[in-house]
Formats: sequence, structure tokens, C-alpha cells
Amino acid sequence: MSLIYSEEQRMLADTAREFLAAKSPVAAQRRLRDERATNGFDPALWREIVDLGWTGIPFPEAVGGLEFGYKALGAVFEEMGRTLCASPMFSVVVSGALLQLAGTPEQQTAWLPALIAGDKRVALALDEGPRHDPLATTLSARREGSGYRLDGSKVFVVDGIGADAWLLAARTEGQAGDREGVSLFLVSAGTAGLSMSPQSLIDSRNHARLRLDSVLVPASALLGAEGQGFGMLDQALDRGRACLAAEMLGAAEQLFATTLDYLKTRVQFDAPIGSFQALQHRAARCYTDLCLARSAVMAALAAFDDPASDATTCGRLASLAKWKAGETAAHVSNEAVQMHGGIGVTDELDVGLFLKRIRVAQACLGDGDFHCQRYAALTELPA
Amino acid sequence: MSGIDDFRKETRAWLEANCPASMRGAMPDGELVWGGREVEFKSEDQRLWFERMRDKGWFCPDWPTEYGGGGLSPEEHAVLEAEMRRLKCRPPQINLGIWMLGPVILEFGSEEQKRALLTPMARGEMRWCQGFSEPNAGSDLASLKTTARDAGDHFIVDGTKIWTSYGDKSDWMYALVRTDATVQKQKGISLIALDMRSPGVSVAPIDLISGKSSFCQVFFDGVSVPKGQLIGPLNGGWTLAKSLLQHERKAMSKFGEFSLPTHFDLLELLPEYVPAGSRSPADIALRARATACAMDEHAYSLTVQRMGEEARAGMDVSGLMAIMKLVHTEQERDKFEILLDALGHRALGWEGDEFSAGELALTRAWLMSFTQTIAGGASEIQLNVIAKRVLGLPEGK
Ligand SMILES: Cc1cc2nc3c(=O)[nH]c(=O)nc-3n(C[C@H](O)[C@H](O)[C@H](O)COP(=O)(O)OP(=O)(O)OC[C@H]3O[C@@H](n4cnc5c(N)ncnc54)[C@H](O)[C@@H]3O)c2cc1C
Repeated sequence: MSLIYSEEQRMLADTAREFLAAKSPVAAQRRLRDERATNGFDPALWREIVDLGWTGIPFPEAVGGLEFGYKALGAVFEEMGRTLCASPMFSVVVSGALLQLAGTPEQQTAWLPALIAGDKRVALALDEGPRHDPLATTLSARREGSGYRLDGSKVFVVDGIGADAWLLAARTEGQAGDREGVSLFLVSAGTAGLSMSPQSLIDSRNHARLRLDSVLVPASALLGAEGQGFGMLDQALDRGRACLAAEMLGAAEQLFATTLDYLKTRVQFDAPIGSFQALQHRAARCYTDLCLARSAVMAALAAFDDPASDATTCGRLASLAKWKAGETAAHVSNEAVQMHGGIGVTDELDVGLFLKRIRVAQACLGDGDFHCQRYAALTELPA
Repeated sequence: MSGIDDFRKETRAWLEANCPASMRGAMPDGELVWGGREVEFKSEDQRLWFERMRDKGWFCPDWPTEYGGGGLSPEEHAVLEAEMRRLKCRPPQINLGIWMLGPVILEFGSEEQKRALLTPMARGEMRWCQGFSEPNAGSDLASLKTTARDAGDHFIVDGTKIWTSYGDKSDWMYALVRTDATVQKQKGISLIALDMRSPGVSVAPIDLISGKSSFCQVFFDGVSVPKGQLIGPLNGGWTLAKSLLQHERKAMSKFGEFSLPTHFDLLELLPEYVPAGSRSPADIALRARATACAMDEHAYSLTVQRMGEEARAGMDVSGLMAIMKLVHTEQERDKFEILLDALGHRALGWEGDEFSAGELALTRAWLMSFTQTIAGGASEIQLNVIAKRVLGLPEGK
């Protein structure tokens, strides 16, 4: 398992960096925010991203993918992190992975190629409370006739507004905390009883609350076996977690570079503030954590490309990456604000935009405490 | 490519045939073999393993064969290390001279010095200590005062060195000495090799908080050192010292890999003292701290792997090299803090059969772990190096 990018992956990253610098600089994200863009992203940019092939990177050729692997995908997420690029890429990855892992052949044919071609968007509706906890799923799914009736609500659904369909985790039996009894459903937009409203978060991206009020779906809406969805779900989430970790790593590295520049140029007491040892040591610690975070992120991405890595190995490495990159990015962004002094808390500076996106990415699919716990659970301890 | 595969196969077979079973697996305290004039073996297997590896030249696998090394290429060397790790082979001997001074002599030494010093080192017959620090020159090493006065065909050395690890057990010392006191402090320093049996050398061991006595103060009273033992140019010692310290840091960050006696596995030890299912708030908090610490260790070991890969791919790894010693030694320290809390009073025993051997070893290892964030450049100095050399932050006024 290699922890560095190959020549091809590096070339992809370089292209992505050039493209994003030209088409999606941080200033563009600021504009999206100020203009309150409906879906939180720029549809024209999204079309170009699809045309570049990024949406197909992790998927097999048979469904229109490029089969280029997760390390390549991570390289793209890292670059998107650097400019805070807003797009539905994340949903393509998790929804696509879940369809690929658990979908029936009909569901796959109906949705995967359209997803990759950017013609359709499918959002994953998972959490029901303020903190990520997929086992706590309680949205109820009762058998009714030949299908199911769904009741409940989902919050902080990434890319939920304007989606063509939602992948839902629901409970067909048991209670919050049980692995057994979690079932997955694919529900199309326009189904009766489904309503949705935006949730405005600090990163100005697309988040939605989804309500299901006696929503009737046919049995063909089920993915995988009834009550057995959790394993597949968690595997798909791990792919999303690794991508978020890569995004946070890119964002944190970029923010750290900006902060270093400031330390070298801002003068107080007739000296650049970066000559003060109190700040030097803190900057050195940020750098150290960034180095460790990069190794963890590379390992998680590489695990998905390695046929010898089982779901536990991938999950453990994804948790390590999400934990390390999340904690590091949060720490680096706090330090960035503090080291900029007064200007650091102004909206004029981009530092705040990085801070805000990093915090949302950190909370998404599990914060540090969540992944610390999960890593412990996945680490086989002698009794 | 197939050449290296063949080498891997041969090496694996050789190690399997030649590394005695008792020389595999974690090394208990006190089982280290120190090469030197008076090398001591605690078992026949230790001797066998020592002699077999010596005869292969594998005490110094990447040194040229003409000086007793194994003549391996960097790729072959990496394969040998990987295969030794795979079989959990213990290092056949420990010799600080090989890790630190050897590479410097290879680069800067005269032909005569290479033959006189490298060959016995490679045969495990010469144990070295490092005479850098002085009572008033620690982090600020360049302010050292031990002098070497020109006396024709030899120098006369006067002064004192302190914190000299194993000064009382070493055959030779490499020392930084002042050879010009009239110039800027870094420009009047030279590196010399001296025989610890020379008249005028005396050694006083110093006790550590761990109860061990692994370092000494060394006094020089008119010690005569032949000029042929000056390494590199006169007054050119500072450059050599910097290169040597880099080798030292690399060696220190490798200690974990060799699973030297300080290695305690946090996640393995914890359940013995903090029952897995326990819901007491203190236990829950401890488990969370332990997991975070184990995760950081995992990220570190992945970084070791990444640095190796990057180096082999010809990438610049100077930034990664600069963080390794800091990260590893601080992680060890953090780990001991958690173990200490987990074991409570059982980690605070000093001696006697009230405590298990493992507990007593842990206590001593914890006390010893303080030395790691100080020796070889304290953590604060590592942070200075990262800030200035890696991040390019400006010097203070
Ligand atoms: C177990 C052990 C083995 C050793 N073995 C050897 C050996 O074999 N040979 C040898 O020559 N030496 C050896 N040493 C010495 C070691 O290199 C020194 O202890 C070390 O360089 C620190 O020097 P000092 O002890 O004088 O502390 P000081 O330099 O006095 O440092 C005291 C404190 O001040 C901090 N400090 C100093 N300067 C700065 C600065 N510029 N910025 C911020 N903080 C600063 C330090 O980080 C430290 O926390 C050994 C030390 C130990 C603990």
C-alpha cells in the first residue's frame, strides 16, 4: 500500500489545482455566499467538473466511471479543499458508493450512470440529531401492502436541496443503537408526503431538513436486504469520511501557508511577528500535525484501492484519517485566526471562510470523539 | 527489479537459518549487546547472532566492504531492515559510533582514519561515547570550552564533558573541542577522536531519576591526543557536528522501530488495569485518552512509512526528518502519562515483590522517558529548527 501519489495521480492533482485556481477561487465561494446561490454551488462550474471526469474517478467503467481509484479522488478533494470549492462531489461519492455496494441492478442502471454524468443528484439522508450517529437511526419504515410507509425526519442532509432522489437510512425493527434493523431506501423527489427545507450553516453550502409524513414507497425502493443495511452504509460512509479528511487536509494546508506568509510580513515591535518564539513553536506544531494528518489521509485513501484491505481495515483507517485531519484542521484554523489578530476575525479576510468550512466538514460524518470511539471499537483488543 | 527480489529471498532465507529463535521478539531490559573491546554475552545465542551478523558485515550493512561493511545499496539495506522487522530479529548489537560517527568519518575522514576507526567499529570491537555537552554548553553547544592546545604532533586537551552516555563503558570518545578561542564561537571548534584509556582522562558516573546510571561526567587533565585523530579540518568541527546530530536524531526516532526495551503497547496493557466494559467516568475518560494516543502513534508509524517511500522516490524529506524525533519522543512521554494514570499506585512502585516485574519496568521506563525529549536536542530546539529551517520563519532579534 503506497502512501504517496503516483505520477498519474500527481498530474491529476496539478490539473485540478490549475482548474480550480482559474474557475473556482476562494473569491467565487464568497460570491456564492453573498448571492445566496440556491443550491450552494455554481451549476456551470459543476458541469465543467463533470466534463473533467472527476465524478467518475472511483466508479467502474461499466457504469460510466473511470476506475481511477480513491487516491486519485482524494487528490481532487484535497485541491477542492484548498479553494473551498463548493460542489455536489461529496454526494456523488457517498451515494454512488452506496448504490454500488447495496443497490439492485435496476437501481444501479437507473441512477449510477446519471449520477456520474451529472444529470441527476442523489443525496444521502442519514442523521436525525445534531451529532453524527448512524446507529441512532429511528426514522420508521413499516411494511404496508407490498411496500413500506416511512415516517420521521432527517437533518443536515448534504446537498439535499434540489436533489432528484434521497438515499435514506430507516429502521424496520429494533431501536436506536441496534445494528440490526437499519434498512436503506431510495426515494425519488416528488413522492407524496416528502417535504424539505434549507438549513443555513456557517459554510453557506447546501444542507436540508427532510420530513417524511406517511411516505409510501414500493418494495423496489429497498437497497439490500431489509434490516441489514448498516454494514453497507458504513462502508459507503467511510469513503465519504476519507474524502472529507482529504478536503480538510487541503484546506488546512492552504490556510497554514497563508498564515505563514502573514507571520513573515506583519511587523510589530519593529520585527516580523514570525520572529517571536511563542508563535514559531506554535507554527511548528501546526506543521507537525499536518505531516501526521497527511500520512493518515493517504493510508485511508490507499486502503480503498487495495484489494487486500477488508472493511474493518478501511474503516479503521478512515476513522484515523477523519480524526487526525479534523482535529488538525480545527486547530490550524483556530491558530490562523489568533495569529492574524484583529483582522483575523473580520469577514474581509478569507481565514474565516476556511474556519467555517472546516468546522462543518469536521462535524459531517463524525467528529473527533466519534472517530476515536469507532477506531477503538474496530481495533481488536485482547480480552 | 528481479535483482532486489532475489536479494530479498536470499536475505530472508539467511536470516531464518541464522537468527537463533531466542534472538527474535521483543528485547527485555538488560538484554542489549553493546559492541566494544569488552563485549559481554549473556547467552551462547547472543554470541552466535553477534558473530554471524558481524561476519556478514551487517553491523554496518551500507558501509563499503573495504572497511568491514556489508556493501549494500540503499534498496538492499531497506530490504534487510524490513526482513529483520518481519522476523522480529533483535539488533545483534548496539553501537552509537556506527549510527552517528561512522557516516561522518565516511564523508569527512582521511583514508587512514577510515581504516583505523571504521573497521574495528564494523567488527563490533570499538564502543564509542559522544563528548559534546558541557556544564555550560547544552542546547547552546557552540559555547563549549574544553580546549585542545596545539603541541606539535599532538594536542593537549583540558576541560570537562557532561551527560556523556556510557562514558564509563566506552573505549573511545568523539569530542568537540575548542581549537581557536579568538574567533566567532562556531568557527573555533574541532572534532577529535580520543582513546578513553589515555592518561589524564577520568570518569564519574551520574545517577538518573530512574535509578540507572547511564551517563557520566568526563574530566580531561592534560590529555595528549595525536594529531592524526583530528577528524575533518582544524576548526571545521561545527559542520561535522551538525551532520552528526542529524544522524543522532534519525537514530533516536528509530528506537521505537527496533522495539528497544522502552516499548510498551498502550492498547494491550490498558485492559489489564481498566476493565474493558467498565462504565466508570474515569475509566471512560482514560480509554478515550488512550485511544487518541494510540491513534497518534499509528499516524506516526504511517509517517515513517511515507517518509521512506518519499525518500526512495527522490522527494525532499527534510521537513519530515525534522519532525520525527520531536513527535516520537513526545508520543512516548504522552503514552507513559496515560499508563501512569491507568496503573495508579501500581505505576509508582520502586522495588520489591508488591509489584510485578512489568510494573516496575514501566515505572523505570517512564522515568527514563524524560531523557528522550532532552537528549539529542531538546523538544524546544527541535521546534526552533522546524520553525526556522523548514518553515523559513525569521530569526529573533
Ligand atoms: C539521557 C541523556 C543522555 C545524553 N547523552 C549525551 C551524550 O552522550 N553526549 C553528550 O554530549 N550529551 C548528551 N546529553 C546532553 C544533551 O544533549 C543535553 O542535555 C541537551 O542538549 C540539553 O542541554 P542542557 O541539558 O544543558 O539543557 P539547557 O540547554 O540548559 O536547556 C534547559 C531548557 O531550556 C530550553 N532551551 C534552551 N535553549 C533554548 C532556546 N534557544 N529556545 C527555547 N528553549 C531553549 C531547553 O529546551 C530546555 O528545556 C544527554 C542528555 C540526556 C538527558
